Amino acid sequence: MSETSALNGRVAEGATTVRDAGLQGMITLRGNLASTKLKAICKEITGQAMPKAGQAHLDGDTGLAWMSPDELLLLVPHGQVAEVIARIDAALAGQHYLAVNVSDARALIAVEGSGAREVIARLCPVDMAPEAFGPGDFRRTRMAQIPAAFWMEQDGSLRVICFRSVAEYAFGLLSNAATSPAVGCL
Amino acid sequence: MLILTCPCCGVTGEETEFHAGGEAHLTRHGPGSSDDDFENYLFLRENPRGVHFERWRHVNGCGKWFHAARDTATLEVFGTYSAQTTEPPQDIIDAITAKRPGWSWREFK
Ligand SMILES: [Zn+2]
Repeated sequence: MSETSALNGRVAEGATTVRDAGLQGMITLRGNLASTKLKAICKEITGQAMPKAGQAHLDGDTGLAWMSPDELLLLVPHGQVAEVIARIDAALAGQHYLAVNVSDARALIAVEGSGAREVIARLCPVDMAPEAFGPGDFRRTRMAQIPAAFWMEQDGSLRVICFRSVAEYAFGLLSNAATSPAVGCL
Repeated sequence: MLILTCPCCGVTGEETEFHAGGEAHLTRHGPGSSDDDFENYLFLRENPRGVHFERWRHVNGCGKWFHAARDTATLEVFGTYSAQTTEPPQDIIDAITAKRPGWSWREFK
């Protein structure tokens, strides 16, 4: 496991602040999301019920995000990933599933402040109006030239996940978009 | 701009979130098939002005393949549907007929 995040604590301060959200444990879990055993172990680990399509159930650095009809993203504290995967393996033995530690393949960036919606709207083909996207919503999409996913926290800030190899590019995009004055439409 | 709704995850997005996968409902002819069938499978494609059926993948999204029925001239999408079928479902056919009476595409109409 990596000891430092790709962006190494970088922060771009402003009316909308973009900052490295640090090391985050991430586990890709593929399988039958309707399976009772799968739902039970996810609940046991994160304390969260299975999210619906386009939703994430998160509390701090722990929770579940819906990635596709047969894929979940488990967020757990970075130091607990190996132990959590061992628990999943024990609980789902004999079932058709896959649980993989992807923590070091990813970067997590926080976008905070009143302009957070606009920063995302400038980069992603997603309707960021409050009635279309709110706290708990989760979206996989394209951010400029790279794939990315993001969700909104209860306080209206956003968390963006991208591949670690493009973390520099993603941070550059977000911090540049955050320097433009708000249009004020969102 | 082409706007598609992925039937697998429910997201409605514009076309850069997706990737086109070519003509829909091809029958794969492999070893043992006739030369005509093999040529047809490999090389011959519809190129309509109007109703068309295609495969798409939600590449910057849930990652799943699906089918789309659309108009190549207007970019109007009649509907999207599961990849796990060899022909368009009746509701898609009905939706096209309602908007383009008399349409036909390969053996479908
Ligand atoms: Zn999708």
